[in-house]
Amino acid sequence: MSTPTTASTAAPGRANHVSPRSRRTASGRAGIPTYVVLTCLAIFSVGPIVLFFFNAVKTQQDYGRSSLGLPSTWQWGNFSAAWTQANMTAGIVNSLIIVVGTAAVTCVVAGLAAYALARLQVRGGSAFMTLLLVTSSLPAQMFLVPLFYAWAKAGLYDTRLGLVIIYVGLFSPFATLLLRSFMLTLPREFEEAARIDGAGELSVLFRIVLPNSLPGLLTVALVTGLSAYNEFLFAVTFIQNPDFLPLSTTFFSFQQGFSQDYTLVSAAGFIMIAPMLILFLALQRRFIDGLSSSGLGGA
Amino acid sequence: MTTTSVPTAISTPPTQTPRPRQSVRARLSKPRVRGWLFLLPLIVVNAVVVIVPSLFAVYYSFTDWSGIGPATFTGLTNYRDLLSDDEFLNGLWHNIVWTLFFLVVPMAMGLFGAYALTRVKRFRLLFRVLFFIPYIVASVVNASIWESILNTQSGLGHVLGVNPLGNPDLALWSVMSVNNWAWWGFLVVVFLAAMQGVNPSLYEAAKLDGAGPVRQFFSVTLPGIRPTFAFLGLMTIIWSFLAFDYVYVMTQGGPAGSTDLLSTLLYRDAFTNLSAGYASAVGVVMALISTVVVIVYLVIRKVKDWEI
Repeated sequence: MSTPTTASTAAPGRANHVSPRSRRTASGRAGIPTYVVLTCLAIFSVGPIVLFFFNAVKTQQDYGRSSLGLPSTWQWGNFSAAWTQANMTAGIVNSLIIVVGTAAVTCVVAGLAAYALARLQVRGGSAFMTLLLVTSSLPAQMFLVPLFYAWAKAGLYDTRLGLVIIYVGLFSPFATLLLRSFMLTLPREFEEAARIDGAGELSVLFRIVLPNSLPGLLTVALVTGLSAYNEFLFAVTFIQNPDFLPLSTTFFSFQQGFSQDYTLVSAAGFIMIAPMLILFLALQRRFIDGLSSSGLGGA
Repeated sequence: MTTTSVPTAISTPPTQTPRPRQSVRARLSKPRVRGWLFLLPLIVVNAVVVIVPSLFAVYYSFTDWSGIGPATFTGLTNYRDLLSDDEFLNGLWHNIVWTLFFLVVPMAMGLFGAYALTRVKRFRLLFRVLFFIPYIVASVVNASIWESILNTQSGLGHVLGVNPLGNPDLALWSVMSVNNWAWWGFLVVVFLAAMQGVNPSLYEAAKLDGAGPVRQFFSVTLPGIRPTFAFLGLMTIIWSFLAFDYVYVMTQGGPAGSTDLLSTLLYRDAFTNLSAGYASAVGVVMALISTVVVIVYLVIRKVKDWEI
């Protein structure tokens, strides 16, 4: 089998999924105490974000009295003030470019590679996948410094393209493993038929495998897009020009800058997380399955 | 290659394993080369971003490179300096504390949350989503959320009369707790997925033997998810040595170095102190630590496999 070492350990957990009905019989009747504990944990998880929202619509005096309660007046104008003061328009445009660019290029790079690993018998394919896992557990801080000076020399420092290339390099190994395991679940019949009809590998990939892999590609796009949107270390290191800052560092510099007004900082932060919260709630199953597979070894 | 193997295949047909396809000989070389062509973009981008810079980091770690201009080879000087560098040892110690904290607190919370979810019938998906939300929020924003909650003028710091981020005795614990808040829900989801793969009849058998929920957890659930548990333990150790965002945003390693990690130290050395060679040595040490951890993990796994 060509399963990489770390992935194979996690496989049993996922391999034999049990139907919801039989799962239900497995669980005993849990009473109200369990629900109370779970609700407390849920409040622990979401409460701080709700407080953050409250702080975003407080007046400064209100915030000065307490950052832990409800606002006494709801100051919705904080959002527009934060938007202009933190230069959010540029941030959103830059983040959009970086996120879409990263997700699209990663899908292409990972789609090609996953197809080769899933369908073309590549000599040394399993060793290659082990190598992918090893390189993706290298500390970013180690290659950060040489990469920084290389990017400065190549003229990629302080450009959005430079950041997109970095993100594709960072995220495509995991995306490849995720897509490969998705492609392995697809039936081979259509591909065989197309090959018999004389189709080349590229047209098999683009006409048959990729269209059938759309759910997998969507997961990859969401996971890499979210990672690119939230990424901080490389964003803060590789982009200095205020016109090119993505949202994460736009927010960071606003918070670190002259503004001591935490209501506006909160408003800016909430503007940054709102699109992802909405997208997550709309597509939570896909997000959770895609992201949690990294904890299951990426396969 | 093909010409030599063909006659033997003909002369001794029974010993040959059946070939997967008939046209193997015609295809043997071509599709394999083509496969690597499909892998080429991935290899190139991964080499440019990760592998080649990593190799350069190894080289620079043996030099006195400042980041600008030429680098002079200095042998093991950087590594020798590390051993007597209090800042480095301080950062290393904090990374060890960080690792132990993340091996215990979020793992326990994740296991508990996931196990509780397997035992309820309703709202399982809702709880799963709620626990997961902090994980998808950007680390910079999460840090800011908690700075605002913990602040000493009007937040928890004021209520409790302490300075969670300003007191050197508390700062590291505060930052770890904030990072844990964003992290444990992810573990719930992964553990839950693994627990749902445990054979339900094992629970039935345990129940017949009179095992309660706690007993079932330790004798059915935990052994059932052991591969996931071990893998997440491994990843926790690796990721703990890479932790950066929360410290950098919330305390910048302060006050008085009380939250400094190897990653923040490296960042300061490389970009503020302009000692890129020394910073590279720190990075290589970090890579060596995760390599050793991976090897130990693989060895343990092998030994365990032999036991089974």
